[in-house]
Formats: sequence, structure tokens, C-alpha cells
Amino acid sequence: MPLFNSFVNAQGANTVPEITDLAERMLAGDRKALARAITIVENGLDGAETLLRVIYRKTGHAHVVGITGSPGTGKSTLVAGLTMALREKGKTVGILAFDPSSPFTGGAFLGDRVRFHENAADAGVFFRSLGSRGHAGGLSRKAGEVITLMDASGRDFILVETVGAGQSEVDIMRHAHTVVVVLMPGAGDEIQVGKAGILEIGDVYVVNKADREGADRLVAAIELELDLGEGVYDRMLDPTGHHAGLGNPPAQDRQHPAGPERQRWRPPVIKTVARDGLGILEVLEALYRHRQYLESTGAGRRQALHRARELICDAIIEKVLARIFSSPQGVTLFDTLAQAVAERLQDPYSAALQILENRFER
Amino acid sequence: MPPVDMGERGIESVLGGERPIRVLVAKPGLDSHDRGAKVIARALRDAGMEVIYSGLHRTPEEVVEAVIQEDVDVLAISLLSGAHGTLIPRIMEGLRAEGVEGVLVLAGGIIPDEDVPVLKACGVAEVFGPGSDTDAIVQFIRERAGGKHRAGDN
Repeated sequence: MPLFNSFVNAQGANTVPEITDLAERMLAGDRKALARAITIVENGLDGAETLLRVIYRKTGHAHVVGITGSPGTGKSTLVAGLTMALREKGKTVGILAFDPSSPFTGGAFLGDRVRFHENAADAGVFFRSLGSRGHAGGLSRKAGEVITLMDASGRDFILVETVGAGQSEVDIMRHAHTVVVVLMPGAGDEIQVGKAGILEIGDVYVVNKADREGADRLVAAIELELDLGEGVYDRMLDPTGHHAGLGNPPAQDRQHPAGPERQRWRPPVIKTVARDGLGILEVLEALYRHRQYLESTGAGRRQALHRARELICDAIIEKVLARIFSSPQGVTLFDTLAQAVAERLQDPYSAALQILENRFER
Repeated sequence: MPPVDMGERGIESVLGGERPIRVLVAKPGLDSHDRGAKVIARALRDAGMEVIYSGLHRTPEEVVEAVIQEDVDVLAISLLSGAHGTLIPRIMEGLRAEGVEGVLVLAGGIIPDEDVPVLKACGVAEVFGPGSDTDAIVQFIRERAGGKHRAGDN
């Protein structure tokens, strides 16, 4: 059943001692080990779960920054500029750059490394290119796990550059502490700014290519949108400080832009010309301030808790599917039911129940 | 490992756990023309591979570092400037010094026939000059890109 084979761990050569050794070398800073670990995890190869289990406790140090925005806005150049500035401050950096995989061939042209010259031979920088591999939302299915590896390897900052297909790229919110949304003048963004999606998720907004006409208008449009946002959320507070409903109150436990902390962080809007290195230090300063904000308010803890809940849910789903598809009985039953559902002889919900009620032998 | 027939399967093969072959297309040295490299990159992408393009004017050290970080199966070096005699051996030496194993190394661009044996002696598997059939290159890669930890794959 091709579509779900990736949930099944490979029968392969990665034994537990080999994985433990790989993990130790990776944690000690061995770049080859980190690269190999990313390959294992990205592809769900044998030992991936063991690896992640072993290193998970070492995570939590890195500041994960998502960099998102439409194609052509200069994300890659901004990432390169931020990396250089961080290196000058003695910070180590990991970069994950996502590009789209072809929906027809599965292949990809991963071209973000091209923008990345000055640090290309610096051991304090690790740059990995990844394909989206059929996943929508701006990253790939395994993005979170690859970020986990980078974090455990001891990088101070992890910059995650999304595919850049536009406003549906909200996946990054699940993985980043700080989301940077990059826009540029002349892309119709003044109207786009009012639309839901990518323009709600930013903790920092960057107007890149700010030497072009329309930059100040775009900044003003974003600031107006942010003003409007604050107005709504203020009205939603009742005198006791809890959120009153506006019909549909934001769930207190979800990391939602209308969460109680978000209204106390006003996303800065920063003009840059990344190509010339202008505005980079202001963006860096905004990243530091946002991290301070997360750590000094409840926001960071809520983010971490929300993330933990999602990780466990994802792991449950993966395990249930793996249990089904690693069993010949499971695969047979699944295929039979799929055929019945396609022919409208059965509904998918009772099919699911039927599968879940089975204990499959391997 | 037998060649993967991507024809019918496309993205399903990717979702199905047969991971794409990863290729670094590298342009070391002073070349300013990369049209050939981009033609190759496109052919490999259409054949279902993940192609990382290094960009122009990379040093041998930068190429070696990219091979390591991107954990590629194939390194395709494109050189038009005639510097293949110095740059390619330096890259191969760099890979050896870093203990990189199992990467299939190919070269292309303007490389005279008489220089090919020397390159092969230092570890280049094949040289594909201008006008090479891209299908042949794809086939060559599919048949041989397997040395590097694919034994443990699905």
C-alpha cells in the first residue's frame, strides 16, 4: 500500500548500538553524524525512532525561527544575512531550507543553498536542504523531527525557511518559537495583508527589498492590520481578564494568535534590504526580544505544552498506522475495506472502526 | 539495487518510503556559465531526484562541506574553465580527508578526453561531456548510487 509505507520502519541495518553511537557523535558536534541522522529521520529509516528517543532530552536550547513568505521576497537572502550576523556574535546556526517536491516525479530542485556563500565553509553553520515530499503547509512531514535533531546537536539558533508558496504556509507555527513573515513592496501585498493565513502568524514582519517603491505604504498597511487585531482582542476581554466570547472564543489552551499573551507582543515591522545587509541587525534584535518575551511571560511555557501535546498526538497516529501497515493481515483488511468504500458499499467511518477493533499479528 | 521505475509511481514512491536519490550539482572555480549544470539539474529533478545546486564560484572546501551536510548520494561537478585538473583532485582529497564514503562522483563540462583517465584514477566514476544524453546520466546514477547506506533502506 504505497501511500502509507513510509509509516513502516524499514527492516534494515541500523542496530541499537549503531544508533546510540551515531547519537553520541551527533551530540558531540560531528557534522557527518548529524547529516546522517537527518537522513535517517527524514526518511523514517530503521532506527529513526530510537534515535529521536535517545536525543530528545537534549532539546530545548535552540531558538527556532521560522522564515516564511511568498516566493521572491528574499527569504534565502535574509537567512544568509541573519546567519552572518549571528556568527559575528559567536552563535552557532542550523538552517533547514525547504523547497517544493514535484507532485509528479517526487523530485526537487533545492536551490536555497545558492544564496548562502559567506558561511559555506564555516563549521559553526550547518545548512540542510529538504524537499516538501508531498506535504502541503510549507514544510515536510518530518520537519519537526529534523528540527529536534538540530536542536539536540547544540545549535543556538535554527532558521527554518519554508517553501514559500504563499498564504497557506502556516505549518511553521507548529515548530517555531518565532515566526518571521517576509513581504516585499509591489507584490500586491497591501491588499494581501488583510487576508487570513500567513499574515496572522507573524511574530516579526519584514518588508524586504525596502529600497523599492511602495515600501512605506506596505509597512503602514501591516501596522494598520496589527492595530485592528489589537482592537478586536481588547474587546474580547471581560473585566475579569478572561476571554469573553465573540461567538467563537479562542480556546485558552491553544496557541492561537488571540491567546492572552499575543496581544501583549506587538509584532515589529522592519524594513530591510537583505541583499545589502540593511536592517538585519534590527531583525536580530527583534528575535532576541521575542525570545525574552516568551521566557518572561507564560507564553513560552504554553507554546511548549501545546507543542508537546501535538507531538504525542502525531506519535499516536503514526504508531496506529504503523501497526496496521506492518501486518499482512492489516494491509489486506485495509485494501479490502478501501475497495468497498470506493464502491460505496461501506462508509469510511465503520471501516476505520473495523480496523481499529483488530489486533494484527506481525 | 535495481533501477527505480519512477514512470508510473511518481510521488507515491516518495510517500512509499523509497527515498529520492540526493545529488549535489557543484560549480567550483571561476566558471560563470551554469546553463549546462541547470540542464542536468532539471533532468535529474524530472527523474525524481532531489538536486541541490551549489551556485557559482564555490571553493573545493565549500563543495566538500556541502557534500557532508547534505548527505548526498551523488556529487556532479561541472567545470568549463579548464581547471578540472586542479579543482577535482582537491575536492576528492577533501572528501577523503573528511572520511566521506560511498558518494558517486561524476564530472561534466569541458574536459578533454586525455584528462579523463587521470580524473578516474582519483575517484571520478564517469565524465559526461557536452551533449551527453541526460537519460544515460540518469540511468548511470540509478544503477550506481547505492553504495551509501542504502543497504539499510526500505
